[in-house]
Amino acid sequence: MIAERYLISTVLGVIFGVTTRFIMLRSDYRQYPGYPHGYITHLSLGFIASVLGGLAVPILVEKELPAIAFMSLAATQFRDIREIERKTLINLDQTNLVPRGPDYIEGIARVFESRNYLVMLTALIVSGTHYFTSFAVSMPVGAAALWISYSLMRGRVIGDIATVRPGEIHFEGPNLFVENIHFMNLAREEVRRTIMERGLGVVLEPHDDNARATLANNGQRMAIAHDAVTQLGIYKDVDTAEFTPVLRRDLDTGRIAMIILPLETDLECLLTAVRQVPVLESSLSRPLQSRAGHGAAD
Amino acid sequence: MDTSIKKLILAVILQDPELVRGGGAPVFIARDRIEQDRIATYLARITEGVVHDLENGVYILVKH
Repeated sequence: MIAERYLISTVLGVIFGVTTRFIMLRSDYRQYPGYPHGYITHLSLGFIASVLGGLAVPILVEKELPAIAFMSLAATQFRDIREIERKTLINLDQTNLVPRGPDYIEGIARVFESRNYLVMLTALIVSGTHYFTSFAVSMPVGAAALWISYSLMRGRVIGDIATVRPGEIHFEGPNLFVENIHFMNLAREEVRRTIMERGLGVVLEPHDDNARATLANNGQRMAIAHDAVTQLGIYKDVDTAEFTPVLRRDLDTGRIAMIILPLETDLECLLTAVRQVPVLESSLSRPLQSRAGHGAAD
Repeated sequence: MDTSIKKLILAVILQDPELVRGGGAPVFIARDRIEQDRIATYLARITEGVVHDLENGVYILVKH
């Protein structure tokens, strides 16, 4: 009877754990698209994580010390996931026309690692609730844990910290500008014509000093260019370096402007794509939380 | 991303050879503006660099 109770607790934990992983896999799509084998890898790792989480309560209750030792050993394996993800993505990034950049890759790798811990936690909560209370109680608790994991993993996007609006592109002699922000000097007439015909300008106005510091990060800017390109395509090849999307900063106001030559010259879609770019953990900066930073802001 | 020296002047393309002194990058002398543009385009495509205009008739080709 006791054994049966353990079994049900564990199985419930595993079911909720795998469901959590599956739900979070869906939002991975844009960050890490198109690898069916990647999905299988992550689902199986999610399964292992949820088994570990689901087994934790019965093991602790039975005081199975060897099992506890093995479990903690198994849990450390998940540290390698970050390393695996980072290596794969860095290798793939080298052949990208518009690379993701190291900050974005680090962010993705960290997310993949922490998702497994969330899975473990969900499984632990569900199996624990079932063991100590009842099936009826564990269901809503499991659903709540699932929802919390899901909302925890969503993170903030550029649209939350900055106003994203169109910016007008123009040339002054050979110099390319978006509004008053200087981009680069381009000599060739043909290149200038193409940029005027196909180029789109976007301006990002940070809401506050925290957002300004975040947007100043170069990794964050690479992520914005990469995400815009993945969604709208890019009018560029390896031998036309002029058409690489560029993001430049207005030193006076901290505004960021971007010039991009998408294949689909749809401004509204471009603005949406930029608004949906995740704010990278590594670029997140909060000068307003410090006394000096808060005092300096006016 | 292959390993390469960045921000390097690969070539100078101009019509008046008096405007540039010193060595480092090869200097291509063009007969007129059209030829200057054409040479710049070819070199940019071949080297995957970007042509910048110094606004005194001198173009430089830079690897970014």
